[in-house]
Amino acid sequence: MNLFDIMGPIMVGPSSSHTAGAVRIGLVTRKLLGEPVAEAEMLLHGSFAATGEGHGTDRALVAGLLGMKPDDERIPSSFAIAEEEGMKFHSGTVTLRNVHPNTAMLRVKGKSGKDLEVVASSLGGGRIRICRIDGIETNFSGDCPTLVVHNLDRPGHVAQVTTLLYQYSVNIAAMQLYRNVRGGYAVMVLECDQPIPAEPLASLEKEDGIIKVTYLNLDE
Amino acid sequence: MAFVSVKQLLAAVEEQGLPLWEVILNEDVKDRGVVREDSFRQMNALWAAMKSASEGYSAAARSKSGLVGGDGEKMRRYALTGNGIAGAYLSGVIAEALRMGESNACMKRIVAAPTAGSCGVLPAVLIPFARANKTGDREITSALFVAAGFGQIIASRASISGAEGGCQAEIGSASAMAAAALVCLKNGTPEMSACACSMALMNLLGLVCDPVAGLVEIPCVKRNVIGAVNAISCADMALAGIGSAIPPDEVIDSMRSVGDMMPACLRETGTGGLAATPTGAAAAKKIHGIL
Ligand code: SF4
Repeated sequence: MNLFDIMGPIMVGPSSSHTAGAVRIGLVTRKLLGEPVAEAEMLLHGSFAATGEGHGTDRALVAGLLGMKPDDERIPSSFAIAEEEGMKFHSGTVTLRNVHPNTAMLRVKGKSGKDLEVVASSLGGGRIRICRIDGIETNFSGDCPTLVVHNLDRPGHVAQVTTLLYQYSVNIAAMQLYRNVRGGYAVMVLECDQPIPAEPLASLEKEDGIIKVTYLNLDE
Repeated sequence: MAFVSVKQLLAAVEEQGLPLWEVILNEDVKDRGVVREDSFRQMNALWAAMKSASEGYSAAARSKSGLVGGDGEKMRRYALTGNGIAGAYLSGVIAEALRMGESNACMKRIVAAPTAGSCGVLPAVLIPFARANKTGDREITSALFVAAGFGQIIASRASISGAEGGCQAEIGSASAMAAAALVCLKNGTPEMSACACSMALMNLLGLVCDPVAGLVEIPCVKRNVIGAVNAISCADMALAGIGSAIPPDEVIDSMRSVGDMMPACLRETGTGGLAATPTGAAAAKKIHGIL
């Protein structure tokens, strides 16, 4: 943990795992969707389900889905803000297997009809891990600029993406590959040291065999 | 890599011939690849946030469960009468710890230091100190580096999470960090900071995490008070030249082993200790309809 994981973050209480982490989970989901959320289903697992309400976990998730950060003082009133902005949501509980006790499953639909399912855990101190995207296992934190590419599981896509990052002098800190079945649907997660400019991302999305490109930078 | 032992930290201070806080800052600069000014500015921003959190306290606010709120104001008023058993500084510290703990429970903006549950300890000792001694922001920020440096070692050798190590890991760590910071503000030596940190942890060793209804409210708010008061007494002991019989690194390691031995019901599950008392259980039932 770095020095500012110990001192900080600045956040809205009461719990770094149940509140700050939940805001980040909502925010990551909103960024992964890439457009404002129109509808959201929030399913809480484990300790999130047991004590989530008293900790404001549901309000924190909604705040994140609206694009708020963990230190946003509007978090306690996120339900009213969602109503104003026309975001529909409902919450419930779920029992997931082999996950951290503080886990949420979010199913969201964007304004243009795009949809996404994210499973993420709050690990403590406001840190999170995204464990599943659209049913495919993943494992990343969202702490650094992260590129998520959904593509058909065929040779060449990895080279395509890494070449592109190289051209823009973006260094890759960690890279993971996941797929549902061989030759099926695959997800590539690249955590980078530098932010990625917008143009290459747009061109990548047009490539044959690439289904969806999402870019996540919580600092932006 | 950040420091993994107090011994290593003190050796680095010796070797670099720089003040303790600067050695910790330099390590952060190396660790995260940032420039000095950014690291300092970031820490200074946390201090500013602590002060505005204190100003943002609302006496009328109650947590959503209704269990806490308003006590910080009661204590502040009492402190102002001057009739308290503790002197002006100490009663100010008690009030500040309660205010911050309550603000956290009421979903106000606070600084996790090291956690949200223990967010009141450092501001409780620092804000009244700065007020009483007219200490500048630069000095307080330096002291926060010292606090964070010790906190980082505790986190790497043991834990700063109640779910992992009980409340000793949260309030205990915050108290140890605050004790080291206070020594720094009084110009004590790095060894004195280390002793203060060590004694503060020893005093709270074994403290269990048993929040009523699983919420960061009871006993959390008031535990910030004991964390703060313990920090002050340990800092004063260290400044008086009193040593820690067990070296800091060994104390931290023992906190880890005590944490490992703690049953799950005493590690933030809200099922043991105060949470399991008839009153605690009844409150949980009322709030969640569980237990
Ligand atoms: S009792 Fe548990 S939740 Fe409360 S402050 Fe201590 S460690 Fe945190």
